[in-house]
Amino acid sequence: MHDSSRARQRARLPNFFLILLIIAAFAVPVIVFLMLYEIGNGSIDAMRAFGLSFLVGSDWVPNPANGDPPILGALPAIYGSIVTTTISLILAVPISLGVALFQSELSPRVLRAPSYFLVEMLAAVPSVVYGLWGLLFLVPFMRNYVDSGLKATLGFLPLFYGPASGLGMLTAGVILAIMIIPYGSSVMREVIIAVPRSQREASLALGATNWETIKTSVLPFARTGIIAAVVLAMGRAMGETMAVTMVIGNVARISPSLFLPAYTIPSVIANEFTEVAGNGVYLSALFELGLVLFAIAFIMNLLGRVLIARMAFRAKGETAA
Amino acid sequence: MSKQPTKRNIVPIAIIVVVIVAVIAGAVGYQMMTSTPAQSMTTNQMITGTQSMTTQPAQSMTTTQPPVTILGAGATFPAPLLQTWTVEYNKLNPAVTINYNPIGSGGGIQQITAKTVDFGASDAPLSDAQMQNATGLVLMPETLGGVAITYNLQTYGITNSTTLNFTGDVLAGIYMGQITKWNDAKIQTLNPNVKLPDTAITAVHRSDGSGTTYAFADYLSAVNSDWKTIVGVSTSPTWPVDKTAGGVGAKGNAGVAGTVFQTPAAIGYVDVIYAMGQHLGIGAVKNPAGNFILPTLDTIKNAATAATGNPSPNDLRLHIVNAAGSQSYPIATYTYILVYRDMSALPNMSKDKAQALAKFLWWAVHDGQSYSSALIYVPLPSNIVSADEQLLRSLTYQGQQLITQ
Amino acid sequence: MIYVALASFAFLLALVPLISILYATLLQGYAALSFDFFTKVTPPIGGTGGGILNAIEGSFVMVGIGSIIGVPIGVFAGAYLSEYPGKFAYYVRLLAEVLTGVPSIVTGIFVYELIVASQHRFSALAGGVALGFMMIPIVTISTNESLKLVSSSIREGSLALGISRSKTLIYVLLSTARSGVITGVALSIARVMGETAPLLFTALGSQFLMTGINDPASSLTLLIFDFATSPYENAHVFAWGAALVLLFMVLSLNMIVRAASRLKVTGTE
Repeated sequence: MHDSSRARQRARLPNFFLILLIIAAFAVPVIVFLMLYEIGNGSIDAMRAFGLSFLVGSDWVPNPANGDPPILGALPAIYGSIVTTTISLILAVPISLGVALFQSELSPRVLRAPSYFLVEMLAAVPSVVYGLWGLLFLVPFMRNYVDSGLKATLGFLPLFYGPASGLGMLTAGVILAIMIIPYGSSVMREVIIAVPRSQREASLALGATNWETIKTSVLPFARTGIIAAVVLAMGRAMGETMAVTMVIGNVARISPSLFLPAYTIPSVIANEFTEVAGNGVYLSALFELGLVLFAIAFIMNLLGRVLIARMAFRAKGETAA
Repeated sequence: MSKQPTKRNIVPIAIIVVVIVAVIAGAVGYQMMTSTPAQSMTTNQMITGTQSMTTQPAQSMTTTQPPVTILGAGATFPAPLLQTWTVEYNKLNPAVTINYNPIGSGGGIQQITAKTVDFGASDAPLSDAQMQNATGLVLMPETLGGVAITYNLQTYGITNSTTLNFTGDVLAGIYMGQITKWNDAKIQTLNPNVKLPDTAITAVHRSDGSGTTYAFADYLSAVNSDWKTIVGVSTSPTWPVDKTAGGVGAKGNAGVAGTVFQTPAAIGYVDVIYAMGQHLGIGAVKNPAGNFILPTLDTIKNAATAATGNPSPNDLRLHIVNAAGSQSYPIATYTYILVYRDMSALPNMSKDKAQALAKFLWWAVHDGQSYSSALIYVPLPSNIVSADEQLLRSLTYQGQQLITQ
Repeated sequence: MIYVALASFAFLLALVPLISILYATLLQGYAALSFDFFTKVTPPIGGTGGGILNAIEGSFVMVGIGSIIGVPIGVFAGAYLSEYPGKFAYYVRLLAEVLTGVPSIVTGIFVYELIVASQHRFSALAGGVALGFMMIPIVTISTNESLKLVSSSIREGSLALGISRSKTLIYVLLSTARSGVITGVALSIARVMGETAPLLFTALGSQFLMTGINDPASSLTLLIFDFATSPYENAHVFAWGAALVLLFMVLSLNMIVRAASRLKVTGTE
């Protein structure tokens, strides 16, 4: 008699605790769906007003002169996001790869831990501090040295046309590059380390040098993972707000010139959200931009992780074999 | 169970330290909320080096005011004055904390319409449509100032104490992207004694919804018919100069001034105090009488005297750009506080808060005006003060009048 | 050999901005530090004097609120994921990883719609909730990872002794994985302490000390953003000073945590 009631009691307690854990676990999906719901709900007005042409519309006129309804198109912001992200990837990917190789293969053992540590410090700096440094240091630097140098040599290209105030897509791209290097390099380092020993040892056994091994065995094997790192870094760069807002110049413009001020999706939202002057469609359009941003970040993240999982699977398979 | 090496004890200790500090900070914060007023700070002394404001006349408020926090948001144009007011008023009435957030006139209009703040502020008068959207909202001018044309040509040998002359047509041309270089003939002829550089103009404008922009556009529309038809008057127009190469957007008056300060060959339009605070070049603008006028207390006051007229308290939306008078500054503007006539329309309002807000506004249009001049805002003309008094007397909370004096 | 040189060059290149930022912050921010700086509140626009006390207070309080929300939920959720694996856990883990990749400004507009718009007020609470929502997935994933590292023999040994699943989790597993969990929590705190975007439309900012969590508040990050874009020189100095304080807190938290986690050993047999 005693045993069964005690057993029943013991059976009840874990259930209570389990429920607590399940509730906590539910928090994540609830937040995701709530987020989609609220932002989607907020975007409805704009979706009804502009439809799909929102994504390709190149005019961003929130307050037309005669009290006409706003004409809003997301293309300038999307364009700016794509260009700045591209610039940042062009700069950051080779450097990230170099850093990852340095940290995993090419540096003397004693430097490994300090090198991890230093790059992690780079990742820990808050975005707004990057923006502060960018505004007060990088912008004048770019204006006085880099932009004028580019103008002198390559100024005939439409890429480098126009006055270079230092605030614009090029500077934003440079700051983004700095910010995604730690992220990109840490993922690349992990995938390089994940390459099974068998690959390396086979190559070395055949007489290849350290670098030849890296070039012919490690990197090709890790290729999927490196692409994943690029994709993840891309998603990160597209979502970066503060540092970019402070150096991009904040003008809704589509122009080939990298020197000219522009907009990115997050910087439009940051600049204009609290200033939406009373008409529902404008606020709704900003929500729709938020939805676009969410979708981009989601897809990049998912893609990156799928690629990493695929590479890890291959690596496990190779190790087992 | 396995044993842990003891070296790793730093981590929990670090966490405990962080949590303890957070708790202490929170406790300190709450204590400060209930007892002492917000810490005192020096008032604005940066411009003319004038001493801090003299103590207020003994118009004591009731000492039984329960602590209230009031939130306002809006224009950056009057923000230096509004923030000085909230600090000074808090010294007189420690129980009343008024938090003013400068987010731009567009933001002020939006937030008060959405009822997420207790009062808004905007230099741009609301359009009839906007007034429809926010039934019961009234505009009360609390001060007026001038929009200065500011520039940065220091790296080209033109110091910021050199005054450049501008006309409305030239300014319109610059912001429409038609005049692209500083040494364009149209600018050079106005400034025969200055060698303007052969450099592109970076035209800085607001990226957010701005009453300062509204005043600037209002002026340009009045003097330049192309501007009127192509761009018009609004808080965030489409700037033609963005389509060419020279436009840059910045957030708030502070952002525009900051960008002009950091960017050689830049031009911008900001409230006077922002230009003076950073010792930027300030331009003289041609007024209807044909004179090139700098924005000073006197010239802005002249504009107000000429153009204010005698409006009724029911509609205090005033336009004083391009005012008559030989010594009137042509780009002057009033700026408005936006409140609901019936304060109970706000979901977070209480009787105490409504009363405190009404009393603060009463103080602002009377005693508060003594802080204006040092910040280059013109004290309100007496007929506007009377109109404001009438407006304030009409404020109610659940049917009860808030100001009874 | 050149490849080693190239990789080293890339590494040094990546360090240049770090050194520049640290150097600039130290040099410029040092000028701002004073007793007043830590005991007074921010001056009005263009004013002189004052300090950043309200920003420090706001940062601590909102990170505190975020931690109260984020840490328990994150730890329990992470525990669930490792102890009850299955399809549900798989999808929760996936969604948590997705959530960590969501740009913080999206979280900001989400919480604006959720709390600020419906309550008609900007508040430190809303700011804290936004930070909490950001912490939940980070703590979930790091707790999950830490618990995964605890060897199954410990788990099975405890259950074999008749200790219930819940007690196993609390007294055995979590305490074994304690360092990893605390590391994850500390890193998430350091991360949200440096966030600005989610606070822009929730906490809004304030010139004064906090008068309650239902009112707007300032934070170190909001202050840096506002003052950096201001034209006044003393505002810039304040921004650097606040950046120095923020960097000090964030970097030292990171350093302590990472140094300690290198020294730990998690119950491997």
